[in-house]
Amino acid sequence: MDIHHLVKMANQIGDFFAAYPDHDEAVRSIGMHLKNSWEPRMRRQIIDYVHQTGGPDLKPPVREAILGLESRTAVSGEAPGDD
Amino acid sequence: MLSITDRDYGTPPEASATMVELFIDGKPISVPAGTSVMRAAAMLGVRVPKLCATDSLAAYGSCRLCLVEIEGRKGYPASCTTPVEPGMKVLTHSARVADLRRNVMELYISDHPLDCLTCPANGNCELQDMAGAVGLREVRYGYEGANHLHSPKDESNPYFTFDPSKCIVCARCVRACEEIQGTFALTIDGRGFASVISPGQNQPFMESECVSCGACVQACPTATLTEKSVIDKGQAEHSIVTTCGYCGVGCSFKAEMKGNEVVRMVPNKDGMPNHGHSCVKGRFAWGYATHRDRVLKPMVRDSIDEQWRAASWEEAIARAAAGLKRVQQQYGRGAVGGITSSRCTNEETYLVQKLMRAALGTNNVDTCARVCHSPTGYGLKTAFGTSAGTQDFDSVLKTDVIMVIGANPTEGHPVFASIMKRRLRQGAKLIVVDPRRIELVKTPHVAAVYHLPVRPGCNVALINAMAHVVVTEGLMDEDFVRERCEAADFELWKKFIVQPHNSPEAVAEIVGVPAHDIRGAARLYASAGNAVIYYGLGVTEHSQGSTMVLGMANLAMATGNLGREGVGVNPLRGQNNVQGSCDMGSFPHELTGYRHISDPVVRAAFEKEWGVRLDPEPGLRIPNMFDAALDGTFKALYVEGEDIAQSDPNSSHVVAALRAMEFVVVHDIFLNETARYAHVFLPGSSFLEKNGTFTNSERRISMVRKVMPPMAGKEDWEVTMALSNALGYPMEYKHPSEIMDEIARLTPTFAGVSYAKLERVGSVQWPCNDAAPLGTPVMHVGQFVRGKGRFTITEYVPTDERTGPRYPLLLTTGRVLTQYNVGTQTRRTANVMWHGEDRLEIHPHDAEQRGVRDGDWVTVTSRAGAITLRALITDRVAPGVVYTTFHHPETGTNVVTTENSDWATNCPEYKVTAVQVMPLPAGRAPARREAPMQAHAPAAK
Repeated sequence: MDIHHLVKMANQIGDFFAAYPDHDEAVRSIGMHLKNSWEPRMRRQIIDYVHQTGGPDLKPPVREAILGLESRTAVSGEAPGDD
Repeated sequence: MLSITDRDYGTPPEASATMVELFIDGKPISVPAGTSVMRAAAMLGVRVPKLCATDSLAAYGSCRLCLVEIEGRKGYPASCTTPVEPGMKVLTHSARVADLRRNVMELYISDHPLDCLTCPANGNCELQDMAGAVGLREVRYGYEGANHLHSPKDESNPYFTFDPSKCIVCARCVRACEEIQGTFALTIDGRGFASVISPGQNQPFMESECVSCGACVQACPTATLTEKSVIDKGQAEHSIVTTCGYCGVGCSFKAEMKGNEVVRMVPNKDGMPNHGHSCVKGRFAWGYATHRDRVLKPMVRDSIDEQWRAASWEEAIARAAAGLKRVQQQYGRGAVGGITSSRCTNEETYLVQKLMRAALGTNNVDTCARVCHSPTGYGLKTAFGTSAGTQDFDSVLKTDVIMVIGANPTEGHPVFASIMKRRLRQGAKLIVVDPRRIELVKTPHVAAVYHLPVRPGCNVALINAMAHVVVTEGLMDEDFVRERCEAADFELWKKFIVQPHNSPEAVAEIVGVPAHDIRGAARLYASAGNAVIYYGLGVTEHSQGSTMVLGMANLAMATGNLGREGVGVNPLRGQNNVQGSCDMGSFPHELTGYRHISDPVVRAAFEKEWGVRLDPEPGLRIPNMFDAALDGTFKALYVEGEDIAQSDPNSSHVVAALRAMEFVVVHDIFLNETARYAHVFLPGSSFLEKNGTFTNSERRISMVRKVMPPMAGKEDWEVTMALSNALGYPMEYKHPSEIMDEIARLTPTFAGVSYAKLERVGSVQWPCNDAAPLGTPVMHVGQFVRGKGRFTITEYVPTDERTGPRYPLLLTTGRVLTQYNVGTQTRRTANVMWHGEDRLEIHPHDAEQRGVRDGDWVTVTSRAGAITLRALITDRVAPGVVYTTFHHPETGTNVVTTENSDWATNCPEYKVTAVQVMPLPAGRAPARREAPMQAHAPAAK
């Protein structure tokens, strides 16, 4: 998918939770939202993007959440073409 | 005229708990205090003759036909206007009252055509019935005197005629327009014998303020106001109760039939959402169901560049299954998906998500609620614990302050708007939050105390400012917050909301509303005994749609306006089954009843019932499907009842995605825009041709009944079932009731729902289970579904869609009363007489700056695309804001809307698009899109 679109969507999620004064809670909430509502290929793509580029256009809590997402929960589900 | 099966008690019921015992014709009866003698008699089965009385209207006492004798009273009181009294002894029939009634009737008939045999009301005419009831045998006055027998007919309305020669001036039509509809379009002009019914200022109906709701037609006791369909076809011979196929009010109707042909649709007096009322769409605009454009045979083609070829059901289903399987084999399970419409029944949407999850092994299933009310689901579930409005419709009759935000009820939810207007006429106060001056702001006998013309995209700043006022001015309901809400979340929110940047003064310039109006509106809302919020897509279709829903929930909790009648937070759903389609597990991350797919306990129940393993990960949402298609990882789609190529934002993007797919199956009643890109077309069935249920905006589950056989041979649930069987996953339902039984087994909030119960009680509002066997009209009484209510910090984040030198205006979109959504149905009815094209509303100042005159063709350009339509200059929109509808494919309104979307749900931001508007150069033909039917009709067979 268009990575710029994914980055924009992730940053929008970050904007909502950034209002929370507790940084850790904000990061945790961003990660939970991504896990609960993004299809695995979308998560996989943005994780890869962070690995490959450092995610310079991602807001810091979002980048942190994406990296945490990778470490906390494996991205399950098959990739297209797995069958 | 009333429904052929209605029993008319003459005057409305009374709700008093005090009972009064009296005697009518010697028989004792006990009725609520305030009941009329006429109604009490009708309850005993005694029919007192009447003409001006009907039980949908307040007693009027003009026709003098219902005179009775009451022991100990002088004269002959009208039974409709005489309330019962303890011990009263009434005589409904005597020689004296018979004489009086006959004399009255004689006068009526002396000025009435004697054409009963050829009259369209023959067989269902109250005047005819009364002439028989009073034993009229002669008219001593003759017919040669002054009369109205040659008054010309008004046939301007496409759906009914007005024949004044048959009018008895009972004023039932005038009163229906006032009391039921609240439009006040009719009056009685003149006095005495010269009295006539006058639409507007003695205008034809179509030129008056009449909104064609049909309340007058239903109230008329003669053939004066008659449906043209009745004139054409004659009286119906049977009647079937069903549910309207249009908006989220979900009106109950009686389909009056001759064999398999609909003669007319009459709103059901016993229908809970509508209490016998309707709008122009539900009552009259049903002709699309048998329109010649209906596609009645399955069609197939190998490529979207080929002509369609008619096929048998077997071939088409086999091709659809083979195409989906082939794509999955080649690209993986996640390369296919399904989309359903909120026009589908609960059973149909349930079945499609089951097909996707169980037969195809993917959670890539979504419903069109994605693009309208998905933020409602997220917001209300987060705050209260469940994704639905809190009240039943009738709750509005107990409210003191109504706040309407981003909704236009008189256009989008007209029947509920009539109930709302009734409450406002009784004295409730109104706050309207909308960029446009919608009709409700000032309409006969209704005026908003505050109209806050919020700038598109700024709702959250406004609601935060209102909450700031509530907290800083000590207007909170401290007890409610302490007892009913999470303390820690509340404290966090309170610290946030009192910050100066949330004050009305700080945001006034941003939102475009003076600070004192924001303060005034907040005080009014917070100080009411009961205050309620109704909202629509003007809330949800924003990049902060979910935040705004949370903001409204915060405000309602802070002021204690939840958990009883007259209060609450209530989405007005656009389509008839938005609530139901969301309930049915149609979102890619949720199973039925809003339970996340990752929950192993919930998943296990479905796995056991369905006999398959389910993927625990969320699937793709509709916009994600389009993005994945363009990325090459999403290749096949099954779409039931939804025209994504016209209704979804940034049409060019959607079309590119559809073109990028290898296999598309469209299942619809018409060959819509999306079908241009399809390989298999499966003909659908309209709401008249199938059984099922719809769930309306107040969570009310109502029966949809098959009144005629499916024109293409199959009900939609049968088609999905056939597809599943062809895919190798057996489905063997014999009736949709079995699908509902399965839903009830798997869904705690539906555990008590069954067709048998719906047949018995009419309708129920979920939750319906052992704890609430007859359903739940008001939610969150005593405690929230989630336990304690949750306050959430709702920081205002401006949308990326901003005006600038290139696109200096903000476009917002909406709908009109006579058209429905993308117009697939209503454009194929006479409703086009009211709205034949989309127009761009532009403020006189903005028009003048651009040299645009009323009616000029203009081009609207955004960063997504450009469209051409004609301008309508009006100060209903504020300077800097333009508005249009999206009912006509020739306009292609969604070519200019962008794929900007809500942060939580990806609901598109239809309501905010930065645009430029310029007049079309003289001599240049407007660029219009081709109407779909002309563009890709199948080759004639």
